[in-house]
Amino acid sequence: MTVTVVETAELTKVYGETIAVDKLNLKIGEGEVFGFLGPNGAGKTTTILMLLGLTEPTYGEARISGYNTTFEPLNVKRITGYLPENVGFYNDLTARENLRYITRLNSMRRQEATGKIDEALKSVGLMEVADKEVGKFSKGMKQRLGIADVLVKDPKLVILDEPTTGIDPAGVSHVLDVIIGMARNHGITVLLSSHLLNQVQKICDRVGIIAKGKLVAEGSIEKLNTELFTKGQNAVEVQVTELTDGLMNLLRSIVGVTGIDVTGNSLSIFSDRDVKKEVSKAIVESGSLPIQIKTRDYALEEIYMKYFSED
Amino acid sequence: MTAVFWKELRDHFSSYRFIILVFMIVIICGAAVYTAAENVRGDVRLNPTDFIFIRVFTTSGDTLPSFLAFISFFGPIIGIIFGFDAINSERTGGTLSRILSQPLFRDSVINGKFLAGFVTIAILMAAIVLGTSVLGIAAIGIRPSSAEVLRIFIFYILTLLYVGFWLGVGVLCSVLFKKTVTSALVPFSIWIFFLVFMSMIAGLIADWQEPIDRYSQPEEEVNHQDIQDKIALVSPVVLYSEASDIVLSPERRTLHGITQARMEVNPELTDFTPVSVRQSLKLTGPHLIVLMALTAICFAASYIRFIKEEIRST
Ligand SMILES: Nc1ncnc2c1ncn2[C@@H]1O[C@H](COP(=O)(O)OP(=O)(O)OP(=O)(O)O)[C@@H](O)[C@H]1O
Ligand SMILES: [Mg+2]
Repeated sequence: MTVTVVETAELTKVYGETIAVDKLNLKIGEGEVFGFLGPNGAGKTTTILMLLGLTEPTYGEARISGYNTTFEPLNVKRITGYLPENVGFYNDLTARENLRYITRLNSMRRQEATGKIDEALKSVGLMEVADKEVGKFSKGMKQRLGIADVLVKDPKLVILDEPTTGIDPAGVSHVLDVIIGMARNHGITVLLSSHLLNQVQKICDRVGIIAKGKLVAEGSIEKLNTELFTKGQNAVEVQVTELTDGLMNLLRSIVGVTGIDVTGNSLSIFSDRDVKKEVSKAIVESGSLPIQIKTRDYALEEIYMKYFSED
Repeated sequence: MTAVFWKELRDHFSSYRFIILVFMIVIICGAAVYTAAENVRGDVRLNPTDFIFIRVFTTSGDTLPSFLAFISFFGPIIGIIFGFDAINSERTGGTLSRILSQPLFRDSVINGKFLAGFVTIAILMAAIVLGTSVLGIAAIGIRPSSAEVLRIFIFYILTLLYVGFWLGVGVLCSVLFKKTVTSALVPFSIWIFFLVFMSMIAGLIADWQEPIDRYSQPEEEVNHQDIQDKIALVSPVVLYSEASDIVLSPERRTLHGITQARMEVNPELTDFTPVSVRQSLKLTGPHLIVLMALTAICFAASYIRFIKEEIRST
């Protein structure tokens, strides 16, 4: 087991009547890319704020590299880079000057800082506009500058709150590459929140799905897949030459089948175990022929939708 | 904190508000000195004393108020202008989240910003006072004595404390209110309240405690005035104007303004021979301390509010 970088224990945040984050237990290891998924208002940002000591937990605690985020915020902030949801810069300063200020706040030496700033700007592709005032940047450029901003301080952990909002598709894949690069080349641990599943799916080693403040599922994408199977969400898709009532009856009588959707000659058969063999047998027995039989692979999207539609 | 301080200082000096203020102040002080010099020259012939130069600061003309009056009017404005959007402009700009996720204590953000504003004001004020003195020397052709220089220096410090207090009020409001419009209006309202309504309220309370009419004895009148003066001292505006008047007028030997009734009750008051700097300082010491205490209260309130506050980037 690798070193744990982020750890929360029963982390809870209550705002008046709403429970924004509900007894969250998370563990993220060094060098991992962790995707924090959830719909609007799920509690992603609130969790992140507690991880940075920008708000206090109502109950429970969070630790970054062993430092308590409420009582040792400076130690946490020294090693953590944070890209807020709506990142802002000083509009009258250039990109370089904005980053320079951050290096000063981190008490970095001037020379070291200059190198880091160039490196960070280069890695997000903003080198040509480095000396342009940020007020003249587009939203996507600012977002990318936000990533550079996180990188200059040479962090151990990077927390990105919706890092790809407002970036065009080409830019998104570039940003995702940068994020993967942080983890793979520099061993930085990455925690990123998003509601864009396909992106998370592409780059994350592990995901946590949060809904209404509760962590409803957590693990690698494969693990979430198998978890779903055991929950009775196995699905077989078949196409048959002829759809008869007899066939339907046979299928329904198979042990474990929980439901059948029919569209034309195509069927989706849901069950709580693997029933592919029984299904093919039933089709042949009914006098029809199977044209196609396949187990449906749950994409993360479906996992996600499932959790979100559950309540 | 030093990083915050230098950035803010640089921002202040390149800001439009700074340039506009400098312009305004130069014009106004020039006018004030001009009229003062005119009147001081006439005054000296009628009533020669040791303290001539310092009157450049306190003498008003027929149409224009004195330098002191200008400064007591613009001081609060300058203080508020450099403080009212310190924190909330960063909040709305989305930079606060970024800054506060860096390894620095939150109070050093407030301290750095306050200090930068204070240093800016100190430089601005030093320029004003020096400029006025130089203009004054040129206009009336008399050099200040060392006692006068000392008094002017004390006046400078006093003014800084006063403007610093309003800066503190501005910074506090920038912590308390999310919108810059609100955080600009509230301190100005407080100022106007103290400037205009405080003396009215003090008068009302004094009327209620010690009613007087035109048949009242001088003692009763003095008592009435004392009550009114004491209540008015709650106001920083009064604190400053009283203290600066004492510092710049060597012949003033009591805290209270001199009125007919007071002179009747206490004939010593008619003695207008100047007092020493030390004596004047003794009189204004409490004023200075109260001004600093008020500023400290603004700070404490800003800290308490800001230290544990949730910082969201929206
Ligand atoms: N200051 C606050 N006072 C009261 N309730 C709040 C406050 N801030 C957030 N909430 C509530 O907490 C819940 C979680 O909010 P949070 O911002 O963490 O969601 P999120 O997962 O980041 O959503 P999004 O995808 O929209 O960014 C929401 O129901 C929200 O209404
Ligand atoms: Mg959010």
